[in-house]
Amino acid sequence: MKKSFLAFIRKEFLHIVRDPRTMLIALLIPVVQMVLFGFAISMEVNDVEVMVAAPKITPAIEAKVSQIAHNPYITFKGYIPAADVDKAISTNRTMAVVVFSPDYDITRESQVVVDASNPVTAQSSSGYLTRILADAGLRFQPGVTILYNPRLKSGYNFVPGIMGLIFMLICAMLTSVSIVKEKETGTMEVLLVSPLRPVMIVIAKIIPYFCLAAVDLILILLISRYALDVPLSGSMVALVAISLVYIILALALGLFVSTVVDSQMAALLISGMVFIIPVIMLSGMIFPVENMPVVLQWISNIVPARWYIPAMRKIMIEGLGFGYVCKELVVLIVMAVALTAISIKRFKIRLQ
Amino acid sequence: MEIDEVITAENLTKRFGNFTAVDAISFHVKRGEIFGFLGANGAGKSTAMRMLCGLSLPTSGKAAVAGYDIATESEKVKRHIGYMSQRFSLYDELTVRQNISLFAGIYGLGRKEISERCDALARELDFSAQMDVPVSVLPLGQQQKLAFSVATIHRPEVVFLDEPTGGVDPITRRRFWELIYRTAESGTAVFVTTHYMDEAEYCRRVSIMVDGKIKAMGTPSELKKKFDAADMDEVFRRLARNAQRQ
Repeated sequence: MKKSFLAFIRKEFLHIVRDPRTMLIALLIPVVQMVLFGFAISMEVNDVEVMVAAPKITPAIEAKVSQIAHNPYITFKGYIPAADVDKAISTNRTMAVVVFSPDYDITRESQVVVDASNPVTAQSSSGYLTRILADAGLRFQPGVTILYNPRLKSGYNFVPGIMGLIFMLICAMLTSVSIVKEKETGTMEVLLVSPLRPVMIVIAKIIPYFCLAAVDLILILLISRYALDVPLSGSMVALVAISLVYIILALALGLFVSTVVDSQMAALLISGMVFIIPVIMLSGMIFPVENMPVVLQWISNIVPARWYIPAMRKIMIEGLGFGYVCKELVVLIVMAVALTAISIKRFKIRLQ
Repeated sequence: MEIDEVITAENLTKRFGNFTAVDAISFHVKRGEIFGFLGANGAGKSTAMRMLCGLSLPTSGKAAVAGYDIATESEKVKRHIGYMSQRFSLYDELTVRQNISLFAGIYGLGRKEISERCDALARELDFSAQMDVPVSVLPLGQQQKLAFSVATIHRPEVVFLDEPTGGVDPITRRRFWELIYRTAESGTAVFVTTHYMDEAEYCRRVSIMVDGKIKAMGTPSELKKKFDAADMDEVFRRLARNAQRQ
């Protein structure tokens, strides 16, 4: 029995090694995503183009403008007449215009006009500009302290999300495709007639993808720590434990899909549509769950990543330990156990 | 354990709800015998074969394969049978050697035995030059021979062949049957389903299933005499004419 099992596992590894596509998906995608999200894609707004409209340039205005021009996030593009403000924005010559009142020296009144066709940049740039204009001390300014991610680097935020996505991709998608492929080519039939027990077939199919996911976990952690400077200040044990539970859960999902569909294409589509998209949309990876309509919040509760990603955030960024992620861990364990049981049962029923 | 009858079925029945797929069939297959299991599509051949392979439990009746009860000892049954499906079921992207090693390993052969069988097969099938190429580049006839050799790599008591010659030309089919004869001579019983009636003539004994029941059984010449037919095709058409199921 043990010999049969080992022979079969060896074959599973051979499949992966011989198929460059699988290796590519499994090992390159995590690295590329980490680099993309960590460096290239950034929610921070840099390089805001600003013009200034002032009836006459007084020393006070000049001082403000030089402050604006020296801000690293802002590119000062020059003065325009007050009448041209709308035109400057509508022709895309600038993203924002600061309009100084004619009696600025006395009243300190000014206005910021922003192109909000992209609300994210509009919000950030108006934020930068009002801060600069206000710090003359005339208005009340609240002191804001930003915890955990003081530089508001978006890379931090994406790492847990990428982990939630990658493990779903590798475990659920690749596993379901590899099992369904055996059904499609008829080899599953031969395996079922062989002395290998059905449970052993399932376990042997899953083990290589579990190993790949473990390698990815290590890769992601190394890139996070040394390339993206994510603090990873929380409990390493909790991080690894929760990740393993999530990986097992994703494998069980892949197995479940393989018991439902009969073609590799269908397996790919289901894994892609039903697993990957909810991870992106409903897990809090990009859009905070708290801001969703109540119905979507309910639905999000059955998305495993909705529990996994916040738990990873707490551990990796806030530096918390086991005690603070108990709820997430329990939910994930319950989901994993239930899904594994259902999938193995379904796999066996199909044999009858 | 030397037994003379490697398959015995007594009133073997399988019902799905109200539908009786296999209706109380009884037959025996001897060691080294080539037994043709004929029937139109939907006659219940596959269901019967799945029961004999330990993949599905009979609703009633009994059967033993290689001396083990298919209902209670299916794990032991699986160890003593070989199975080749109509799709050959090899791993296309793996090499010939890897395929042989995999199935030999699954059936519990040791490392040394595996390499011996690999060498022996390479000689017998004239595969020496192709041991390390992926199966997908082999012509269909070669794949078929390989699939058969892999299914009998562990020298089983019975090998089940599910329409093994689909999609290959008559000459290749003829060569394949030579391989089947050689295996039968070495003592392995061959249980083969087919709907090529010329192939039925190659079998030592055949049974013809219609609507879940075995309607005729005997050597091809006996059956031809009994139904006063020129060939097996005619025997089959006479029996199948009254079939209810399509």
